[in-house]
Amino acid sequence: MTLLENLAKALAGGSIEIVDLTHTLDPDFPVIVLPPEFGQCARFRMEEVSHYDHRGPAWKWHNISMSEHTGTHFDAPSHWVSGRDVANGSVDEIPAGNLMAPAVVIDCSAGAAANDDFELTRDVLAEWEDVHGRIPEGCWVLMRTDWSHRSGAAYLNMRDDGPHSPGPTPDAIRFLVDERNILGFGTETIGTDAGQGSHYTPPYPAHYYLHGAGKYGLQCLCNLDRLPATGAMLVTPPLKIRNGTGSPLRVLALKET
Amino acid sequence: MSEPIAPPGKKNPQRRTDVPQTPPQQRSRAALGLAAAAAEGRFMLQVCGDCGAVQYPPRDACSRCLSINLQWQDVSPGGRLVAETRVRATTDLYFRKQMPVRVGTVKLDVGPSVICHVHGDVGDGADVRMAIKLDRAGQGVMMALPVKETPFMEDDPRLREMSCTPRHRRVLVTDARNPNAPAIVSALAAAGAEKIFVGLSEDWRPNRHNDDIMAVPGVEMLPLDVTDSKSVEELAAELGGKTDILVNNARYVRPGGLMARNDTVFAQNEMDVNYLGLMRLAQAFGPAMCARTADGTNAAVAWVNILSAYAISNSPDYGCFSASNAAALSLSQNMRADFRTSGLRVLNVFVGPTDDDWHQELPPPKVPANTLARSLVQGLVDGLEDVYCGDVAKDMIERFRASPKIQEREMTGFRS
Amino acid sequence: MSRTRLGYEGVAIVSPATIPYQRFSIETAHWWIARALKESLDQAGLGPAEIDGFAVSSFTLFPDTAVGLTQHLGLCPRWLDHIPMGGASGIVALRRAARAVQAGDADIVACVAGDTNHIDSFRNLLSSFSRFSQDAAYPYGFGGPNANFALLMDRYMKDYGATREDFGRICVAQRQNALRNPNALMKKPLTLQQYLDARPISDPIALFDCVMPCAGSEAFLVMTVEEAQRRDLPFAVIAGTIERHNAYADDPVQFRGGWAMDIDELYHMADCAPSDIDLLQTYDDYPVISMMQFEDLGFCDKGEGSRFVQDRDLTIEGDFPHNTSGGQLSAGQAGAAGGYIGLVEAIRQVTAAAGPTQVPDASRAMVSGFGVINYDRGVCSGAAIIEGAKA
Repeated sequence: MTLLENLAKALAGGSIEIVDLTHTLDPDFPVIVLPPEFGQCARFRMEEVSHYDHRGPAWKWHNISMSEHTGTHFDAPSHWVSGRDVANGSVDEIPAGNLMAPAVVIDCSAGAAANDDFELTRDVLAEWEDVHGRIPEGCWVLMRTDWSHRSGAAYLNMRDDGPHSPGPTPDAIRFLVDERNILGFGTETIGTDAGQGSHYTPPYPAHYYLHGAGKYGLQCLCNLDRLPATGAMLVTPPLKIRNGTGSPLRVLALKET
Repeated sequence: MSEPIAPPGKKNPQRRTDVPQTPPQQRSRAALGLAAAAAEGRFMLQVCGDCGAVQYPPRDACSRCLSINLQWQDVSPGGRLVAETRVRATTDLYFRKQMPVRVGTVKLDVGPSVICHVHGDVGDGADVRMAIKLDRAGQGVMMALPVKETPFMEDDPRLREMSCTPRHRRVLVTDARNPNAPAIVSALAAAGAEKIFVGLSEDWRPNRHNDDIMAVPGVEMLPLDVTDSKSVEELAAELGGKTDILVNNARYVRPGGLMARNDTVFAQNEMDVNYLGLMRLAQAFGPAMCARTADGTNAAVAWVNILSAYAISNSPDYGCFSASNAAALSLSQNMRADFRTSGLRVLNVFVGPTDDDWHQELPPPKVPANTLARSLVQGLVDGLEDVYCGDVAKDMIERFRASPKIQEREMTGFRS
Repeated sequence: MSRTRLGYEGVAIVSPATIPYQRFSIETAHWWIARALKESLDQAGLGPAEIDGFAVSSFTLFPDTAVGLTQHLGLCPRWLDHIPMGGASGIVALRRAARAVQAGDADIVACVAGDTNHIDSFRNLLSSFSRFSQDAAYPYGFGGPNANFALLMDRYMKDYGATREDFGRICVAQRQNALRNPNALMKKPLTLQQYLDARPISDPIALFDCVMPCAGSEAFLVMTVEEAQRRDLPFAVIAGTIERHNAYADDPVQFRGGWAMDIDELYHMADCAPSDIDLLQTYDDYPVISMMQFEDLGFCDKGEGSRFVQDRDLTIEGDFPHNTSGGQLSAGQAGAAGGYIGLVEAIRQVTAAAGPTQVPDASRAMVSGFGVINYDRGVCSGAAIIEGAKA
């Protein structure tokens, strides 16, 4: 049997499971909120065009609209100013070979449960590597916080001093980019950065370092608690939008059962 | 005094809801001047520009000197009730449900006699204060009122038909996030609204006005996002049948004219909230409200839009916002046409720059939320169609009436 | 100072025709008008080709006018008039026709009024009656003429102390007269108590102050006296006649009609006084208007109407025979034919052709018309004194 025949058999037999890491696109799903004088992330909207009725007797369809960064979505390098000149930095230019890759999962759920502003530090990464081994090159690093179990106001967790949600420190991200050469970094929160990420130097370090180095981001993921620390494989093809800086997408994980 | 109207209580679900009817709609073009006067609560009649004779009923030529130079002018509303009747039989379907209707002849101090509705507190042969009111057909009609306020005066059944008072009614205010929401909700409550529903969009992010709104008795907050058709439809499905007054205070405003922006992003938001939001609300809530305009004490009665005075003529500093409000103004006229047969009134409250975050750069005068709320509620009580709230709005409409083109030249020419 | 008007010598009124009224009719105004015209022509032994003048009044002829009727009815007149003056139509048609005949513009003028009454006719008629009514009367309760007359009746009662009993006397007397008119729609006696107890319609107007709208038509012919004599037709002549429109426009509420402006001239033309009038046919869409006519036509002073009806007996056999066929109040109001009913009855009276309603020895009658509540009052008024000819 070929490799792919083996894969098909494993899928059919259930020894490989596909886990959906995607939230449903829904007008009520929170999006990032910027200061109001800035343009905002467009919410997901759906307008009915016809419903097997006088507007289209045999068919139903909708017009949908949203931002590139609405719902479970992919960030391309060109999303951030640090990545503006990166080669193949927009979603349409990303090599197809980069759209399937292995993933490791850093379980920060206990820390995030105790502290809304939990930081993924270099120490946390070191501890993880002590247990699971070196983070391999070219993989996705997924930060599990169980934040996806939250909804509504608790998910955005906005206070007068801004949103509060866990995220990586600048050091941790630099480590992953410079010393582990990962493919990208994914979170369960609204961004790859912490809610208070604007107060780091540089502000929004995950965005800054990842995209400056041509790495990718995934956010608003769910079901990370169903993935193993190592050994999962992610399928992450964004829509092929010319010069797009990101895209909502369906993120699938393959794991061995 | 008038007999105070009792709160309506729960509706008998076994009774067929009365079918909406309106009083006679048909008028000559000249008589539409009464509707125009009533829309703003003014007492205006045609006055001959040549001989000064005051005319009534409205004419096309002076009945004293045959001049065709007849101008609508504000005139003294004083008069005396010289004859009266109570009409107890009619072939008109609207008035059949209103019987008996007190009707009188008033000799106006300015000359003509008018047949008019007569408030119940006007004494036999008494002096009266005349008003031109919009009836349920949206036409201007004469009504004789007591010279001085009387207790529970607004509960007179005829006056209540002319009014859109919030008293004993259920009101939906669409946007809890607008800084004016607490003031509007408070003013509605003070005017006797039985229940005030307030729409809150995106409950996943905080709203700094929630505490002030919820402090008002009779308020209930419900999810509503005017940019989301599904959200609007869902709330209309739940609430459309008990929305007696809808106050659309949803507004998206950002400074900047056409060339100050390089994109259409804010403009799309402005259109989505200010224009399409109104459209979504009208399509979702309009049918249910129009079906309930004859539903007793708390029949559906009015729809309120808060429009920028710059809907009248573009203010380049807020050029794109102005354009979205011009679109909303045009749509409100479409609403009036579509709601006409039901008698559901569309009240447009025009307001100049409001005293909020998005008008910080502008010098006074700016309209405080309390002033806007007061004007809005008074417009409902008086049954108006057009309210110009604050000095800027009044200035805008006055200059528009003098000459739209000169106004445009002023608005577009003197900016530093 | 206006010139003295010419008299109406040489003009004869003949062939009074009334088509019995019906409460509702499935027929059209054209049908009703044709019947009255034929009835009148039959009395005179004439065919339609022999009339050369034609005057018509009708509210329900739309979209036709007198013009359409010429073709519809096969007439070829050289003089044609359409008179939209409601309750004044009969007097005005008579005046116009008489002058046409005097001047030789026409030899025989047929004057006809008729209307149908479908189930919804009255409502439709009201809703398109006049611009001022549409703009400034109907939006106030849509009480129609009832409300208008209620207002002026209210004022009249307050100013002159008239009571509902006084108006009731007019109605009760007319009902007595109507009981002798086999064609009257009202066939039951009416007592004063019944009048007072009636269902209120628009205070102070109650049910028996109101006419009953119906279908019907009326007609008469105007020709030269020579022509009438040649044909051996009983005829009446015009002793005098007046009309006036929009009189006393500044009165805040109508308490008098245009008659008052011209009444002295009317008596002067007819060379008689009120006491010489044998019977009076007023326009009686409401009793208050009849009472005003007693005053404005000189039978009593202004404000004395109530005393007058207390003192006089208004029945056929009374000392002041009034609306001898029962008038519109008891015979019915057949639209524009209501502007003819008194005149046609008066022609019969002075030509001794009134049959059961005949006033003994009636030789001089006054007829008055009042029409078109254009806004808050009747605008058109007219009156005529006619006399039976000694053939």
